[in-house]
Order: sequence, then structure tokens, then C-alpha cells
Amino acid sequence: MKILICLSNVPDTTTKIKFTGDGKNFDAAGVQWIINPWDELALTRALELKETSGTTIEKVTVISVGKADVEPTLRKALAIGADDAVRVDTDARDAYQVAAEIADFVKSQPYEIILCGIESSDYNGSTVGGMVAEFLDCPSVSSVSGLNLEAGQVKISREIDGGQEILETSLPVVAVVQKGIAKEPRIPSMRGIMMARTKPLTVKTAAMPEELTEFTYFENPPSHAKCKMIDAENIGELVEVMKNNLKII
Amino acid sequence: MSILAFTENWDGRFKKVSYELVSYAHQLAVQMNTKAIAVSIGNVSDEELKKLGHYGASKIVKVEDSRINGLINKAYAAIIGQVAEKEGCNVVVFSHNFTGKALAPRVAVRLKAGMASGVNALPDSLEPFVVKKGVFTGKAIGHITIKSPKKILTLFPNSVETKEADENAVIEAFTPQLSDAHFATRVVDVKKVTDKILLTDAEVVVSGGRGMKGADKWGPLEELANVLGAATACSRPVSDEGWRSHTEHVGQTGKIIAPNVYIALGISGAIQHLGGVSAAKHIIAINTDKDAPIFEAAEYGIIGDVHQLLPVLVEKVKEAKKH
Repeated sequence: MKILICLSNVPDTTTKIKFTGDGKNFDAAGVQWIINPWDELALTRALELKETSGTTIEKVTVISVGKADVEPTLRKALAIGADDAVRVDTDARDAYQVAAEIADFVKSQPYEIILCGIESSDYNGSTVGGMVAEFLDCPSVSSVSGLNLEAGQVKISREIDGGQEILETSLPVVAVVQKGIAKEPRIPSMRGIMMARTKPLTVKTAAMPEELTEFTYFENPPSHAKCKMIDAENIGELVEVMKNNLKII
Repeated sequence: MSILAFTENWDGRFKKVSYELVSYAHQLAVQMNTKAIAVSIGNVSDEELKKLGHYGASKIVKVEDSRINGLINKAYAAIIGQVAEKEGCNVVVFSHNFTGKALAPRVAVRLKAGMASGVNALPDSLEPFVVKKGVFTGKAIGHITIKSPKKILTLFPNSVETKEADENAVIEAFTPQLSDAHFATRVVDVKKVTDKILLTDAEVVVSGGRGMKGADKWGPLEELANVLGAATACSRPVSDEGWRSHTEHVGQTGKIIAPNVYIALGISGAIQHLGGVSAAKHIIAINTDKDAPIFEAAEYGIIGDVHQLLPVLVEKVKEAKKH
């Protein structure tokens, strides 16, 4: 079995978000780029499975759609432990185009398990995973918090209202994973960083599907009203607010 | 040309989020000079379906199939896509929740529709079709243009006003074309935890931070959650310490939530934490430190020790519930 993890290259989560040209473009000056946190958890789980499942998982591949500037992020994934990396050589313009590029790659080199993070921390789409599945006409499971192999069978768990569901599925499957899939992302070891330099990073020519959306401009969110402070001695006032203003009692 | 809304049900009942979506579809239909249609999958009584008319659905398409057991993305997406095509709907809207996030991208590919997810308002303009959504986890707002003739939107919860409208909705049954391949995913086991509410879709979330002071001190917080029918959550230091399961961790590297009300207890409000909860409509914070950044994000705040205040709060909430 082979696992493919779709990686999004995103600004570090502490980045101060700025825009240029009257809010038309994200200002990337001085930005530190990282693997999207949920994609990193997906990678961690894939590596755990590879290590614990004997020979069932043959290979863990990471893929990203982007120009050469996403390569440091792919190299980091290789340093963490992915076996190889693929970069689809075009800008990531929207979810539809990115998903179509990834699906095009999977059609040429089949993978049984395709993992995506629940959303990217930049444009918060929560979109690519489901789109890849539909392009491949294969099953998808969303909000996945557990991925296991039992006697060669993939078992997926997800949290639902009132508990947890365990699912079985035909392969290939796209699992869109969230926090819970792995406990903590792995940090690359010095040996991993050395080895990453010699692992294959393939550059794939883009299929160039069209994009269907584009961001026209950005703005700052409206500022919050000042917090209304309630005296700790007068907690009944908070209960009044909960009942009358917020209507949650 | 009409608008299609996928209205989710829970054991045959609709929730506030379903009505909010139908109302949004209706308001959008008015803006586009067309009608809103709702599609419902699973066993829902006609009486319950009719309620969607009160929020503006002019027609309700109901789909029942005995093979449907749990949310099977591929089958649901095929059904919604087929209904959209049959009804000639160019815009399909979903809630930006567990189910909507699972289905909308699949339907977008089926219809070759550009998708804007987590939108929080009606479109800025129709020609071109521009709509706004939060980006960078609440740190900015992006205005996104959908260029394709067909469009998919997922609506952020609690972002638009739910308005009543008086449509005498007609109900129509629809039989989709589905093969066994659509049901290749099967729910094989369900582990029920009776009082557990899905954190990512919860209306109210009660969350604790380092100020909770230990793994064994969560009784009053859980009781408050229980009384309010809320989900429980925690900040990163709490899950790192192992006081609570990491599945409860909300924040920029944990779960992203958008409840109506977020109650932060003993949480200082680091930027990474706020990234995960800033989409909450209302935030209530209790913290001993008056300079804690959580008070910058909160709407209502109390300076004080959660361990002293929580038992009092629980009692007063219980009392208020009686009246």
C-alpha cells in the first residue's frame, strides 16, 4: 500500500498578516513558511503506520502544487521521514485547480490512501481533499480523527454528535484528517535532515486545469467592541446576559 | 437558475443551522431574482420538511434510500449533484460544518462549480459574483470572485440573520441514480457517548486553560457544559500536560471552532488559541489576570478565579433554567 499526503505551504501561524497593492495581494515579505499544521499531522500518522505495519505500507509520498519556493517545505517533510516528494510545477491558484493537479498525478501513479489536512491555515478552504476524491471518483471520509490498519484493512474513525464512528472503505480513499489523527507532529532529526538531501524530489509538469475562483482583495477584520467587565461578586449579571442577550439558557 | 440548499437533518429533525441555511438561500434567491429549493436526504416527516418553507424554501426535494446509513460522502454528493442538475440550480449552498465540508467540494467538482467556503454574508455583487469570507484563521477578510457559471458556497454558522418567510413549500420525492460503488464506504461500528456533543459543530463551547490547575479539577466545568448542553474544549497547554484529551484542543494547530458562544475559563488567550476560536460569535472569559489577552477578544469578562466562581455560576445557571 502507498500513502500520498497533500501538503500546503502556509505562513507560520504567528505571522502578522499584511497585504500589498490596496489589499490585492498577500504580502509575503519576511514570512516564514511551514507545512500546514494538519497536513503535518497527516504525515506523522502515515509514518507511524509505515513503521508499525510491517511491510504493508511500501511508501509515503508528499505532494505540493507550487513553484520552486515550496521545495524547502517538501524537504522538511522528507527530513521528517517521507520517502519521496513531488512538486507540481505551477502556482496554486484555487482549490479546484490544485485538486485537479493532484488527481492528475494520482491517475498516473496510483496511491491507495490519500491524506489531506482538514483545512489550510491561510485560505481556510477545507476543500481540496473532497475535490481530489471526486476527480478520482473514489470514496472520501472527512473530519477523520483515527486511521488504522487491521489485518490489511483500512479502518477510519471520526467523531460525530454523540460519539465516534468506525468506517471501512474500498480503496483508494481520500481521508481528510483533523487534530486527533496524530498526537504531535514530528520534528526532523539531524540524520533525517542529512538524508532528506538525497531523497527524490520529482518536479512534475503541470496539467494546467483552469481555476474557477480568485481572491479579488483583502481587508482587516472589523475591530472588536471593548469587553464588558462584570464584577466577580455579581456573577448573576453574567447569567442574565447568558439568558437574555445570548439566549443560551 | 434557482438556488439549492442542502438541509441536513439529525435523526429526522432539522436544527437551527438548517433554517439559517434555508434563510440564506432565500435571501440570495431574492437578490438573484429566483427561488430557493431545499434538498433533504434521509427519513424526515413531511411535517418537519414543511418547516423549511417558513424560512423561504419554495420547494423541498426529499430523497430516501434504504442503503443510506450514516454520512457516505460519495453517495450524498451524487444525490445533491443530480438534484441540482434536475432542478437547474446554478448555485448550491451548504452549511460550513462537519457535513457541508465533507460534501460541498465533491459537488463542486461534479458540477464544475467554483467554490467559496465559509462565506459570512450575501454576495457583494452578482456580476461578477463576489462574496466575502474569513481568511488566515480570522486575521483577515477575503473577497473571492467565482468565475464559473455554477457556484458552490458553504455558509459560516451564525453569520447571517435567520429570517422567516412565508413560502408554502411543495414537497417532491426524487429517486437518484446510485450504484453499489456509491456505497463503498460503510459505517461498521458506532461508539456512543451519550452526553458528548460534537465540538466542531457545537452551539456553545465551555473551554478550560492552564488556570484549571490540574487534570482532576474539571468537574465544575463539565457540569456547566452539561447544564448548557455545550461541548467541552481546552487550550494547548492543557492537552500538552495530558489533563484533557488532545481531541479537545482548540486553537490554530488544534480544532477550529465557530460556536455561537465560547466560554473561556482560565485561558489567557495566546494568539494561537485565539486563531482557533476567533470565529465564535460571542466570547465570555473568566481569568485571574486582568491583562490577559483573552479580554481583548471577549465580549463579556470577569476577573477572578475559576475554581471559586464556577460552582456559583453552575448553581445560578441551573436556577435560571427553572424560570
